[in-house]
Amino acid sequence: MFEAIAFYLFSFLTIVMFWITVTTKHSLYALTALAAGMIFISAFFFILGADFMGVVQIIVYSGAVMALYAFGMMFFDTTRELKEKPTKTRLVPILGALAALLVVLMVIAPVVGENITAHYPIDVAIGNSQAIGMVLFTKYLVPFELAAVMLLVAMIGGIVLAGKMMDEDYSSLSEEQIDEKEGAVS
Amino acid sequence: MEMFVYIALFAPLVGSLTAGLFGAQKKSLMVGVFASGMLFTSFIASLLLLVQVLQGHTFHVEMMTWIKTGDFNVPFGFVVNEVSVTMMMVVTTVSTVVHVYAIGYMDHDKSFNRFFAYLSAFVFSMMILVMSDNLLGLFIGWEGVGVCSWLLIGFWYHKESATWAANEAFIMNRIADLAMLVGIFTLYWNLGTISYEGIFATVGTADHGMLVTAAAFLFVGAMGKSAQFPLHTWLADAMEGPTPVSALIHAATMVTAGVYLVVRMNPLYDLVPEVGIVIASLGAFVAMFAATMALVNRDMKRIIAYSTLSQLGYMFVAAGLGAYWVALFHLMAHAFFKALLFLGAGNVMHAMSDELDPFKMGGLGKPMMWTFIMMTLASIALAGFFPLAGFFSKDLILEVAFVGGHPILYTVLLLTAGLTAFYSFRLVFLIFTGEERYKLFGFHPHEAYKYMLIAMSPLLVLAIITGFTFKGGYYEMVTALLPAGEYHIHNPIVYWIMTIGTQLFVGAAVLYAWIKYKNAKVDKKVEAGFFYQLLFNQYYIPKIYDEVFSKPYAELSKMCWKLDNTVVDATVDGIAHVFYGTAEKTHTMQDGNLSSMLRWMVIGLVALIVTAVIFIGITVNADAIMKLLGH
Amino acid sequence: MEITLTHYLVLSTILFSIGLIGVMRRKNLLMLFFATEILLNSVNVALVAISHYYGDFTGQMFAFFIIAIAASEVAIGLGLLVLWFKQYNTIDLDNMKSMKG
Repeated sequence: MFEAIAFYLFSFLTIVMFWITVTTKHSLYALTALAAGMIFISAFFFILGADFMGVVQIIVYSGAVMALYAFGMMFFDTTRELKEKPTKTRLVPILGALAALLVVLMVIAPVVGENITAHYPIDVAIGNSQAIGMVLFTKYLVPFELAAVMLLVAMIGGIVLAGKMMDEDYSSLSEEQIDEKEGAVS
Repeated sequence: MEMFVYIALFAPLVGSLTAGLFGAQKKSLMVGVFASGMLFTSFIASLLLLVQVLQGHTFHVEMMTWIKTGDFNVPFGFVVNEVSVTMMMVVTTVSTVVHVYAIGYMDHDKSFNRFFAYLSAFVFSMMILVMSDNLLGLFIGWEGVGVCSWLLIGFWYHKESATWAANEAFIMNRIADLAMLVGIFTLYWNLGTISYEGIFATVGTADHGMLVTAAAFLFVGAMGKSAQFPLHTWLADAMEGPTPVSALIHAATMVTAGVYLVVRMNPLYDLVPEVGIVIASLGAFVAMFAATMALVNRDMKRIIAYSTLSQLGYMFVAAGLGAYWVALFHLMAHAFFKALLFLGAGNVMHAMSDELDPFKMGGLGKPMMWTFIMMTLASIALAGFFPLAGFFSKDLILEVAFVGGHPILYTVLLLTAGLTAFYSFRLVFLIFTGEERYKLFGFHPHEAYKYMLIAMSPLLVLAIITGFTFKGGYYEMVTALLPAGEYHIHNPIVYWIMTIGTQLFVGAAVLYAWIKYKNAKVDKKVEAGFFYQLLFNQYYIPKIYDEVFSKPYAELSKMCWKLDNTVVDATVDGIAHVFYGTAEKTHTMQDGNLSSMLRWMVIGLVALIVTAVIFIGITVNADAIMKLLGH
Repeated sequence: MEITLTHYLVLSTILFSIGLIGVMRRKNLLMLFFATEILLNSVNVALVAISHYYGDFTGQMFAFFIIAIAASEVAIGLGLLVLWFKQYNTIDLDNMKSMKG
């Protein structure tokens, strides 16, 4: 009963938050709603007994990624309303729904179709985090290391890309001045 | 000794490939000399093999497996026996002479190297044809000489008539080759083998009807290659090729391949005398038919070509009547004097700047004495005067016809012998004697190079001596393989009357030619006559072929062409137009806007997933769907 | 009222379609990034739910790696975005037409 209430509550909240993210005209609203949605998602993880994933979701997504977005948005003029020409066609929601439905159909087709045997069964006796650690550092060691390297690369890449000439604010310069600087650099 | 078999076979190929390497280069004397040297090597190897065969050894070598699938096993096998060695000698002798001669003849041709590449390739193919130990190998050689013949007839491809003649020869031969293939298939289907040995071993017990079919189809193949009626028109047109080619291919070797085939398959033809009599009758008909056309023709080379045709008819008469050794003997003798005749004609052409009409020559005997002598001797041999080669070989065929109890064939052949003498000497007299008419046309004839004449001399010697020196030894050797048969008329009085009578008849024909043509008078009244026109137009056969086959075929081709344009091309174009149209309509998709691209991406994704879902649905529920459809 | 796997999958579908609508509707690149995050999260929910209901760790592992990938994607993506903004002073999709065919 408790589980059902929690599920429906968080479902509702998540959907609303994400809907706001997708529809709002203010990027700050969007950011905030997204961060909230992320946290609500982690609630599902806790309900499903994936404690570790829930924690990671909060730390990485709501913490690191959102913070990154927040910092990133400092480069843009976030206070003004986003002037967009949203696509008017009715095709968009239909397509979205259809695609999502089909994707899920594809995902559950084998699940429904046959009995799945667990490769790495969840042992209830051991805590979730401990079990995850054991699987992660035995069976998934190589992907884990690769992910670590990828994150490092991404970090360096991010710094290099965004950190070029941090002391210059191109947005306050005129076109000619930018061209001049570009010419001097290259 | 097996080494010599390979040397005899592959030396021409080496020469051909070497010459081919320099094919596109400018003329190089070395190429001709090398190719001739290779041919001479082949000749020497053949000669050594001949010596061995004379001592009673034959050779059968298998180079390697060619085709092996299930029960069907064809090796690259070559056999040197009494018959094939005879042909090898003829081929290598004549081709060596022709190669050396061609060095001089093609002297001014810019495609000198290419010529030798083709010519040697021809000899190689001919050797395969002759030496192969199975019918499939023979067929490969058969096609090989066909291709080389095509290349060489159309050697001066810038001439429309040459390419036309080349194609005609090639296409006519294809028609005949189809029949030949059917013959080979029939034999394989019924006897389960295509090697000569295997066929000869089992042919005796085979079904008679099948043998008649196989023999008839094989003979149709031989008809194509040997230009027998009704596939004869290509040979006269093939004279568009350079004269050495005419001498080698269209007189001495390739066209006799048909005769060789019949001789080689003698155990088969022995079993089907009804086919043999057809062959003999057709041969006699062609002998007469071609000789009549030669009577009036005004093209030196064509006259000799018709003469070849006529002589091939003689050979088929002998082969058809079972006198295989006689046929082969006439083949050999004919190769020598006919090649000589052609090479002489080549000299005349050279002297006369490629003029072919003998009525424009006359009196060439003085500036071209050696050619005159050679051509006269060759004509004597051809006419069958004692003691030259023709007397021994051709009169033998007459005797075969007589002894075999075929008086009609005998009469036809006798008459043809007279015609032969007449047209040969008509040609000789027109060219070499009488007034020097060429002066009117501004020609300055000159004798050919010395070495060309020297190259021709072996043929001259052979044309003279083949009859009385080789006949005995040849008979001893060849009858080891071919059915022996002395075709002697037992009554000596009849024999002498016939022999002397034939000689007198032939002599009279020559005399008549002398009277008629010593002054090269042209009788207008005769020329306008029906028979003259009939003969001059080759019995209108080329025209009939043109009307009956070529033009309807051209019409059919045009129809197909239209069909191709309106249906096939239109379909292809239509498909292209569909693509163009779609591209025209859909290229607005690529407006470069990332947002719309994303939308298209999602549409594509949806389409793909829908397909996948439908497919999975069908496969999972295949049974239910089939049931629903009522199966 | 038992919450089954189907519930989670339906939820995941809804979230995924919201994300897709965002991807297709929005013209602001930053908003597009947000929509991408939603897509990834919806898949994560599905994976963890399947993992739970079938008692298998594989789903959670996948979700974990997806988070790692999302983090690196954000880092690089934002870097590029900043660079683009400095260059052109806009992050509107309609202005990016250099790919026009």
